[in-house]
Amino acid sequence: MLELHYNRPTTLRDVVGLLDGGAARLLAGGTDLIPQLREGRRSASRVVDLKRIPELNAVERGPDGGWRIGAAVTIGKLGQNSAFAIEHRALLASAQLIGSLQIQNRASLGGNVCNAAPSADAVPLLICLGATAEIVGPGGRRIIPVASVAMAPGRTSLVDGEVLVALVLPAVRPRTAAAYERFTPRREMDIAIAGAGAWIELDAAGAIVDAKIALASVAPTTLFATQAQQALIGSKPSSALFTEAASVAAREARPISDTRGSEDYRRHLVAVLSRRVLATCAAELGCKIE
Amino acid sequence: MKTVVTFEVNGEPREALADTRDTLLELLRDRLGLTGTKEGCSNGNCGSCTVLVDGEPVCACLVFGGEVEGAKVLTIEGVAASNTMHPVQAALIKYGGTQCGFCTSGIVLSAVALLRRNPQPTDHEIRHAIAGNICRCTGYGKIVEAIKAAAVDLQEARL
Repeated sequence: MLELHYNRPTTLRDVVGLLDGGAARLLAGGTDLIPQLREGRRSASRVVDLKRIPELNAVERGPDGGWRIGAAVTIGKLGQNSAFAIEHRALLASAQLIGSLQIQNRASLGGNVCNAAPSADAVPLLICLGATAEIVGPGGRRIIPVASVAMAPGRTSLVDGEVLVALVLPAVRPRTAAAYERFTPRREMDIAIAGAGAWIELDAAGAIVDAKIALASVAPTTLFATQAQQALIGSKPSSALFTEAASVAAREARPISDTRGSEDYRRHLVAVLSRRVLATCAAELGCKIE
Repeated sequence: MKTVVTFEVNGEPREALADTRDTLLELLRDRLGLTGTKEGCSNGNCGSCTVLVDGEPVCACLVFGGEVEGAKVLTIEGVAASNTMHPVQAALIKYGGTQCGFCTSGIVLSAVALLRRNPQPTDHEIRHAIAGNICRCTGYGKIVEAIKAAAVDLQEARL
């Protein structure tokens, strides 16, 4: 690491000013960025610490009954918000799979999104739940789906000078449930070989009216299994339906073979995990599935 | 670039002349001479550099020095009152929860943070709390026993 400027601005306007000229990196928790800089995997001549900017460090109710999570809010702090923890138990649980408590006390939800790792554990449910990303830059404020932030491993659609300010979750609708599971050889402190998140919505008669399945670690970015989603809509939850949708999801996955697992193994995991998370959603909604 | 970091370490106000690239771990060990905090993997996997920042366990290798400006940091040097041992330290010795000792500072800080938050943890909660602290000697069983015993000692001390 060459010479490094470290800044700790207290307003968003100051952040945007400091980003002028490139070669600056934004620092939230630093659990990804600091090793990347020290090991030479990323370079920067300036880091801009976002932890002293009130707007980026608050968890607030949105006007529609949803939530606005400042991009630098740590997983640890998010878990201390009991109303959020009750409403978004599955999303919080997925974020709490990241690293250890030491990591979660620094790492932010916004950082998990912007690090753009295909294995990001918090991203599948964020995108299943329809989260949006509020981005501020020299051109003003824009809002995009969280699903459109990651472009490739380690690369986002944010342009130079832009900052992710908050993740916004819409209000939770009745008759909906979400679940995420990943597979790792070790129970803790590991990176997913594959992960699957699901969200389903039932109508009053108990049929699935909307569904989302998002897969981790089986494509360059978190992947919506759109055909599997379609396969679920219009039917009542059943074991056969979930097995079928899960096998469609496995075909939609685009995994690589690497040291963590082969392509075939990852596809198999997608089928198993997708079926499990769909069953968890159904159970949460009180469905008896045979 | 040179910078001055003003923060509280083990209850005392400290000022450290540092480089902006220094991590909290380097600040503590190289600038302040507090070498009880150990450097293992330097990327947040092993937990041997665990310290408490404003009461929460963090890996000191994953924090830039500048980030702790104004913060309260607790290291292994500050967990016990002078000339005594913290009940967690005493229990680790008594139960053989330390062999080479390299992970011990981090384990102690993780356990201290756990017992402050949760004075009567279950085995599962203890194992979860130290999941980010890798020990390659003892196999964790004795460490878990020691933290359980320390919880009882702390409870009795409060009565």
